[in-house]
Parts: sequence; C-alpha cells; structure tokens
Amino acid sequence: MSGDRREWPLYEVFVRGKRGLNHVHVGSLHAPDDAMALRHARDVYTRRNEGVSIWVVRADAITASSPDEKDPLFAPSGDKVYRHPTFYEIPDDVPHM
Amino acid sequence: MTTIPAEPDLEARLQAGFDATIARRDRIEPRDWMPDAYRKTLVRQIAQHAHSEIIGMQPEGNWIGRAPSLRRKAILLAKVQDEAGHGLYLYSACETLGVSRAELTGLLLSGRQKYSSIFNYPTLSYADVGTIGWLVDGAAICNQVPLCRTSYGPYGRAMIRICKEESFHQRQGYELLMTMMRGTDEQRAMVQESVDRFWWPSLMMFGPPDANSPNSERSMAWGIKRNSNDELRQKFVDMTVPQADALGVTLPDPGLRWNEERGHYDFGEPDWRELAAVIRGDGPCNAQRLAHRRAAHDDGAWVREAATAFAEREGAR
Repeated sequence: MSGDRREWPLYEVFVRGKRGLNHVHVGSLHAPDDAMALRHARDVYTRRNEGVSIWVVRADAITASSPDEKDPLFAPSGDKVYRHPTFYEIPDDVPHM
Repeated sequence: MTTIPAEPDLEARLQAGFDATIARRDRIEPRDWMPDAYRKTLVRQIAQHAHSEIIGMQPEGNWIGRAPSLRRKAILLAKVQDEAGHGLYLYSACETLGVSRAELTGLLLSGRQKYSSIFNYPTLSYADVGTIGWLVDGAAICNQVPLCRTSYGPYGRAMIRICKEESFHQRQGYELLMTMMRGTDEQRAMVQESVDRFWWPSLMMFGPPDANSPNSERSMAWGIKRNSNDELRQKFVDMTVPQADALGVTLPDPGLRWNEERGHYDFGEPDWRELAAVIRGDGPCNAQRLAHRRAAHDDGAWVREAATAFAEREGAR
C-alpha cells in the first residue's frame, strides 16, 4: 500500500513569536532533511504570522530528563527556600526593596 | 517509551500517580506512565480526529477550482490548507503515544480507522462551502473547545492551535451565506437547500446519544472528554438557532422550539440508523473519499522517494 520503506526523521519545531521573546516549542513534524524541515515548519506552524524565527531540531538529538527521575532530579532545589526573595524579612517602611 | 513494569506493587504505584494527576486535572505528558487502555483510547481518538481533518479537505477542495471570485478562492485555499495543518498537528500529537505516521496513514487507507461521518456527504452546490463553514465547523468548534482542556498534554495543545484557526473557518462560511442571502431568490434557495441537507448530519457529528455511547463514561473519567455528546449537541443547537434567524434560513426540524422551563431549545431526534450506516461505510461518499485519499498517497510516493534520495545524497557528501 505505502511505498515508504522508511519514515522521515522527526523534528521538533521552536518558534520565536516576536523579537524579544524566547523560541518556544510548538510541535513536531517529519522531514527528509534539515532544509525541508524548516520549510515544512513554516507552512505548518506559521501560517498566520506566528513567528519571526524558527528552529528545527532532530528529535533524536535532544537529551531529556526522565519523568521517573523527576523527584530526585529536582530535589536539590526543593529545600533551598533562601534562594527566593520572599525568604527575607524586610520592614515595610524600607523603600525600593 | 515507558516500559510496563513487572512488579505488581510498582504498577499500583504508577497507577496511583496517574490517577492523582488526573484527579488534580493536571496534564499527562508523553513520557509519563499511563494505563494501556488510556493510551489506546487516545491513539484511536486522536488518529480519527487527524484522519477527519485530512479527509475533510475533500468536500471543500471540490469547489476551489469553481469558486466565484479570486477572493473566495484565496479564502477557500487557505481554509483547506488549514485542514491539512490541523491533520498534521494531530498526527504529531498521536505519534507521541508511540505509533508511527506510516502506521496511522495505513490505518486510514485500509479503512481500519474511521474519520468523522460528516465528510461522507457530498458538496453539491457552492453554498455548501458556506454551510460547512457555518454548521460543520461550528459543530466542530463545540466539540473541540472543551478538548483544549483534555488530560493529554500534546492533544490539548494541538486543539488550542486548531480552535484559534477554526474561528476563521466558521466566520468565512457564515459571511459567504450572508452574501448569498442578500443576492437573488435563486441564491437564497441554494442556501436553504444546502442547510436542509447539512443540518441533521451536523447534529450527528456529536456522536450517538449518551445512552448508546459506551466509551464516553470512561473517557470522561480519564479527562479525555470533558462534556457528553448530548450536552454538546444541545449547546450547538442553542448557539445555532439565533444565527439561523439572523441569516434568514429555516432549520429543517418541525420539533425545534424554545423551552422556557429548560432554558434550551427542544429539537428532534436525528436518524441514528443513518449515522450507523454512514459509519459502517454506506454513506454517499465513503468509497470516493478513501479512493481519492489512496490515489493522492500513491501519486505522491515519487515525491517522498525523491526527497529521501536527495537527503541521502546530500548527507553522504
């Protein structure tokens, strides 16, 4: 039925909505190579001026943390309340703090 | 992909974690553990939704070459291109559950997975382009807005993108019909005839009545669905009646009237045997839609092969 012997690789797509903003992940697509991935990304994810810049990255090039390790991985930051400004008591009458 | 654990207590712990996430109305993300039945239900629902977008290009695509003006042609092209885009968002979301694009395409082309029954009705007049935008996309919006809050993250995110674009679809359809209603008697008659054909199939888009919708309850418990079929159907009728009045068309249901007590419109029962027949494959255009999709897939094979060969040649340099 289908003549595709192998699938095109999966790319993740990141779009910068406008200047001054970060690129944000918007979705994924398949493409035979990087150049085509960029063209497809434009057609699929920016039909209405959603972006001024696109990144495409092969999904297999991404290293991700595992959801199972979520607690141990993020534990080091969990008990460090002194990293937040609200940890410190400053009298209300001290200005600009 | 997450592997199924062998130890029973580990599985119970994973299940409890999943249940807690659902209970918090938080989202499940692709690499989280999830029950097999949840994954299977999502694959089926998202795939059928994706197939619907792709097959849904055909009824309106039928009129691109015959649109009455360059303006209408540009609008229709943009709309059909959106449907392709919606299919791609949804296929991507579905693939995060561990199925491949080739598998999904195969399931559609072999008829093992379905798509929305509405696309098995023909578009006999140009007014159908407007009616599809107004009623069919209107019904789709009713179905899809609650899905933006569905429990599976990638599906919800795809739905948010889709809903933003559907609003254009519905408005261009309604505007097209308004333009025709301001035209000649013949044009007004075309609009009415088109609404007559699409009204009942649009109501069927919400699926069978709750009493006959066996999977609904579980999907709602899992937060995949947020509203029942009958709730959404009622919402659609309530939204649509004033729009029909403003347009000056009659909805073809003698039982349609405002019910002060309920605060909703009462309406007649769609012909559920017709819905069952269309789903079974006996609708007016089932064979044609699939044959067209297969031909498009086969005719495009050389493009996919050429792109792959080019990528390999460039990669080898």
